[in-house]
Amino acid sequence: MNTKISPAATNRIEFRDVSFHINDILKRLIVSQVSLEIPHGETLVLLGRSGSGKTTLLKLINGMLLPTKGEILVQDRPTTSWDPIRLRRGIGYVIQEAGLFPHFTVAENVGLVPSLESWDAARIAGRVDEMLHLVGLDPREFAHRHPRELSGGQRQRVGVARALAADPPILLMDEPFGALDPVTRAELQREFSALVHRLGKTIVFVTHDLREALLLASRIVLLEAGHIVASAAPQEFLRLEHPEVRAFTSSLTVMPGASA
Amino acid sequence: MNPQTTWSFFMDHRDEILGATLDHLTLVIIAMIIAIFIGVPLGMFIVQRPALRTIALGAASIFQTIPSLALFGFLIPIPFIGGIGKRTAIVALVLYALLPILRNTYVGLTGIDPAVLEAAEAMGMTRAQILFRVRFPLALAVILAGIRTATIITIGVATIAAAIGAGGLGTFIFRGVALVSDSLILAGAIPSAVLALLADFLLGLLERRLKVS
Repeated sequence: MNTKISPAATNRIEFRDVSFHINDILKRLIVSQVSLEIPHGETLVLLGRSGSGKTTLLKLINGMLLPTKGEILVQDRPTTSWDPIRLRRGIGYVIQEAGLFPHFTVAENVGLVPSLESWDAARIAGRVDEMLHLVGLDPREFAHRHPRELSGGQRQRVGVARALAADPPILLMDEPFGALDPVTRAELQREFSALVHRLGKTIVFVTHDLREALLLASRIVLLEAGHIVASAAPQEFLRLEHPEVRAFTSSLTVMPGASA
Repeated sequence: MNPQTTWSFFMDHRDEILGATLDHLTLVIIAMIIAIFIGVPLGMFIVQRPALRTIALGAASIFQTIPSLALFGFLIPIPFIGGIGKRTAIVALVLYALLPILRNTYVGLTGIDPAVLEAAEAMGMTRAQILFRVRFPLALAVILAGIRTATIITIGVATIAAAIGAGGLGTFIFRGVALVSDSLILAGAIPSAVLALLADFLLGLLERRLKVS
């Protein structure tokens, strides 16, 4: 199983009737009968409340979780038949709080996957510079810092740079901007939305923030208790009548002065 | 107790005291090296094996509860590792030092920010890469804190090893107790305390340098 995720192949992701339950005595169903096609180049936002199964769907894509029923195809191969290490090296992953390695410098964090893939040092260094520029950090200023010497927003930028370093055709993002203050969050969302169009990657983005979903998504999939309850392009999504959609859209309107 | 006589006792016997201190230190260093070579790899091993974890940590805790003099006594009749002398003492010291090293290695390796481990796994690091490139470097300060505790315990317990003929600073203490001589007891106790403080200070320095915030 030496096949890598290849940039040339179609970066389709497909969920075929996928269920997942936690393997404890309760057998709690986290995801139930999900079927979903994510075509090449789409930015799919998985929207839902906490516990709706968004993160589980994400982890099913890179094989950190395997389905109890059904299958997930990445580049037309089920995740169960992929070598998990090869699969994950071809999929970028960004999480809340970034999860940067505190004992590595920014450059070492960003260069991690290339170094695992045994690129030569000069190529890694070049790539690290390029990635830091891409996320708006000056390499001369930031490359040698440690994560503790960065602000929350800078850390998240490094997290994005690290996920993109080996040029993976697929990018998974789990509430990457969730822990940031509103101003920094809006800034990163805007920059990232511009970046998305340049990258042309297949992106699956998890959030509970409808605003963020509307800004970034080419399609929004709404989850409720492990089921898909709506799937639509952003403009269309706002017009849907499903109660859970209404619950989310009503959270958008703010009335200044109205008593809570 | 007369400080004057104690001082002159120290000066008169400084070669013997220095010799015993070096013996003591040798005993401690050998025991610590063995304990580290057992405790750290074992701690790394039990991270992945919950069944073994309970057994290993339990056994190490039991050794720690046995009074040191009794442990030395128990070991004397055991063939190969037992008997009278340094070898038996080193075995007992290793058993004592094991728990803090083993426990801190385990705690250090498992007490890592879950987000960091999740990222490591998601980026396609193998189990071994996660252990050696992420968990171990991040756990190093905690592991060293365990080694530091173990070293201080070992320096103290090693004085009792003189009871089974292992030499070291305990020789003065036992002789002093038998002869009711404060100067003799202090000739063993003071250098042992100085060794413990010194070890604590130096290892503490190293620990702070390795700490990753």
